[in-house]
Amino acid sequence: MITIIVQTVSRIMIPFIQLFGLYVIMHGHISPGGGFQGGAIFAASLILLTLTFELAEAEKRAPFRMLIAIAVSGALVFTGIGMLGILFGGYFLDFLVIPLPIPPADVSELMIVSIEIAIGVAVMALLIIIFFGMAEEVFE
Amino acid sequence: MVRVRHVTVFIVLAMIGAVLFIAVLDMPAFGDPEAPAHLHVVPRYIEMAYEETGVKNIVAAILISYRAYDTLGELTVIFVGAAAVLSLLWREDE
Amino acid sequence: MIWPLDIILLCFLVLLSLITAFSRDLLAATVAFSIYSLVLAIVFAQLNAPDVALTEAAVGAGITGLLFVVAITRTTRWEED
Repeated sequence: MITIIVQTVSRIMIPFIQLFGLYVIMHGHISPGGGFQGGAIFAASLILLTLTFELAEAEKRAPFRMLIAIAVSGALVFTGIGMLGILFGGYFLDFLVIPLPIPPADVSELMIVSIEIAIGVAVMALLIIIFFGMAEEVFE
Repeated sequence: MVRVRHVTVFIVLAMIGAVLFIAVLDMPAFGDPEAPAHLHVVPRYIEMAYEETGVKNIVAAILISYRAYDTLGELTVIFVGAAAVLSLLWREDE
Repeated sequence: MIWPLDIILLCFLVLLSLITAFSRDLLAATVAFSIYSLVLAIVFAQLNAPDVALTEAAVGAGITGLLFVVAITRTTRWEED
């Protein structure tokens, strides 16, 4: 039963949910949270959009092929940063050997933040892909 | 015959439950600093995590720096799940 | 740790897991499972594990329950023996 009350409330709520998801992703290295949690919260906001409006509306905001590209590039960034360690003569996922002109701890922090963002984006796209793939016939 | 089997199953389950309850009584208290889980690698993480990884949140440091293979595996699990859903349910015809 | 609250929450968890396991109505079982995840998130927050509580609240209570509901809509609602 989708009424105008539900649509109005979710239209107000969704930006705040997305903002909270981005906050959880970006502050994962300072406060509780991280890529998985923030990605799940962001995905939940788009799923709420699908439930209260139509599936076509949500797919217009987040096209299917774009989601697949986002998911694959997130996973590739994670493994690519891992491969940088091998490239500069260390182990897989070894951040301390990457030669940047800043202290090693700062290099590690930069890589950790990049990986958080990659994980968050990938998990967001993957959860929405799973939901769209399953819900395709139900919501038409 | 069925009754005998039910009684046997009940007795076995009750014995397993009793063993588990006794094991719970032997566990260390909540937040006990002398617990075995807090004695081996945890002091090293608490002392060195900020210097080695430059991250203030020790949980994030462990998840992404010390145990990065684990996180990569989790991402792989979700990735394979999405690939399975797509291969089973997605139709190309639109 | 406030122990009366903990005991109430744990009793609630046992009750909800029994409902989830024994319900014939799969939709009711899914709703009970979602509430179970939410209560479990509160228990994790009580145990000073905010990371796990966030994951459990977002994934367990939100997305998993929703995926179960979608799967029920595509199949059947009542369990058959």
